[in-house]
Amino acid sequence: MSDPIVVAEGLRKSFGDTHALRGLDLSVPRGTVCGLLGPNGAGKTTAVRILATLSAPDAGHARIAGHDVVREAAQVRERIGLAGQYAAVDEKLTGRGNLRMFGRLYHLPRRQAHRRADELLERFGLTEAADRPVGGYSGGMRRRLDLITCLILRPEVLFLDEPTTGLDPRSRGEIWDSVRELVADGTTVLLTTQYLDEADRLADDVAVIDHGKVIATGTPDELKATIGDRLDVVLEDPATRPAAAAVLNALAGAGPATAGADRLSVALPATGLRLADIVRDLDRAGVAVADVSLRRPTLDEVFLRLTDRKEPVR
Amino acid sequence: MTAIPVPLDRLRWTLTDGLTLAGRELSRLRQEPGQIVAALLFPVVMVVLFGYVFGSAIQVPGGGDYRAYLMPGLFAMVTFTAVQGVMGRMAADASRGVMDRFRSMPMARSAVPFGHSGADSLIGVPLLGVMVVTGLLVGWRPQQGLLPAAEAFALIVLLRYALGWVGVYLGLAVKDEQVAEAMVPLGLPFTMLSNAFVPTDGMPAWLRFVAEWNPVSALTAAIRRLSGSPGALPGDAAWPLAHPVAAVLLWSAALLVIFVPLSLRAYARKGR
Ligand SMILES: Nc1ncnc2c1ncn2[C@@H]1O[C@H](COP(=O)(O)OP(=O)(O)OP(=O)(O)O)[C@@H](O)[C@H]1O
Ligand SMILES: [Mg+2]
Repeated sequence: MSDPIVVAEGLRKSFGDTHALRGLDLSVPRGTVCGLLGPNGAGKTTAVRILATLSAPDAGHARIAGHDVVREAAQVRERIGLAGQYAAVDEKLTGRGNLRMFGRLYHLPRRQAHRRADELLERFGLTEAADRPVGGYSGGMRRRLDLITCLILRPEVLFLDEPTTGLDPRSRGEIWDSVRELVADGTTVLLTTQYLDEADRLADDVAVIDHGKVIATGTPDELKATIGDRLDVVLEDPATRPAAAAVLNALAGAGPATAGADRLSVALPATGLRLADIVRDLDRAGVAVADVSLRRPTLDEVFLRLTDRKEPVR
Repeated sequence: MTAIPVPLDRLRWTLTDGLTLAGRELSRLRQEPGQIVAALLFPVVMVVLFGYVFGSAIQVPGGGDYRAYLMPGLFAMVTFTAVQGVMGRMAADASRGVMDRFRSMPMARSAVPFGHSGADSLIGVPLLGVMVVTGLLVGWRPQQGLLPAAEAFALIVLLRYALGWVGVYLGLAVKDEQVAEAMVPLGLPFTMLSNAFVPTDGMPAWLRFVAEWNPVSALTAAIRRLSGSPGALPGDAAWPLAHPVAAVLLWSAALLVIFVPLSLRAYARKGR
């Protein structure tokens, strides 16, 4: 099955004068994790809400497993789970009460709804807190409950809008493990996030969106390759900085990014440059280096480059 | 492929989902026993305040015990609190993420509004029971026998259900728990602008007109008539007071016809 399970074509959505989406295209293959990245206000939540049938696009269309999100919303809802940016569980009910209620609303028979609630609580380590009202849960527990509420029916497509925002590293790791398990079971996940390491670890493909449009797509590695490797140089003597900058400039063809008084960081062109040549040239220019390293860029650097606000947009 | 749900199936799921959500409201109440105590205490406080404090200075037209005159008015007053209660709960839901989950699930679209109005009826019946017991304790008696009393009871439940839908609509319209809460104090003057506490004859003409057409008055008059409570009507009473049972039925029907479709539409369009 190579058919994409989530397809969006030319989605547009405005709120008054704010153009949240301006022709968003997206395609997610079945059984993969797609990371939707973008700065605040890029339109991620708006896109997810449209795909999850919560809001209708002004123009364009989207299909989940072949069903249109507007005209066949009922069929779409049978196939999706949504964990929104804000936890969507009932604070006054207990964790178990929430899962049982949502199980019933998914039209499971009472006994089955109860059994499924117990199963999920057990599997995701919430059994101990199960009979306390959710209002008293920690942020991490609440998000975990929110996530497992989506899993009652084992959805084909799961939308996660910033699933780990505000969580400590341990809770984030737990959510990541859960997502990986789901994907292993065949679920397709569309995930938005502010944390690029999250996309790096979880996503098969990444779509970077800015101002309501996809501006780049690819695997995390492909995206990193587009901006070339990074060269980090630490100088023994900060006074040699201008000389070092000139050398790097000549090699890389672009002005080095400042990384500190005694260090320089520069993006190298995708064409291969050998570390040995760089060190030799620096040496000839009389620059003593304490450390030099060549590395792949982080997704953060890719992201900052792609969404650079200085570039004119429209 | 899933079959297109036939209308009967749809109706069944609307009812089942509505019941599940009504059960949710009851579980929520169980977590907040303070709310139940306050709801039960309110009518008792009103009986003491009006029956014994103000009542000592009020003359019942045509004679009779003021507290027996007052109780039908308090039944009506408590019935109308349905609007505030449902509005608050609906607005709280509308302002929270849990509504998004409901709307992204394959449940009946109308289940949430039906759940809220239905839950209120389940809350309303025991509340009415407490009121009746309080009434009996302070000397009110259904004088006409059991059948008319049951009829009065049914009218109260019917109008309360219709008022619940007004609450659903208002809750969806304000969308904000705080705004809904701020509107609660408006309920008291609305119910007092009626024949519930004092006869309307003594009011200035324009106020009397408003009070006589207030649905609170129709319900109060209907309960008085069906329970044989004191409170003779003035000879020139307005139509709703002269035909109170018909007036309550008409009010209920009108509210349902207007507010059920309005609420369902407001719910379906939320977030569009
Ligand atoms: N209901 C709404 N009414 C008015 N404007 C809205 C509404 N929802 C979103 N917007 C606007 O649309 C734009 C995109 O918002 P959206 O929430 O999709 O961004 P986002 O990428 O999810 O941002 P964040 O990372 O902060 O969550 C923003 O400018 C936002 O202010
Ligand atoms: Mg967002």
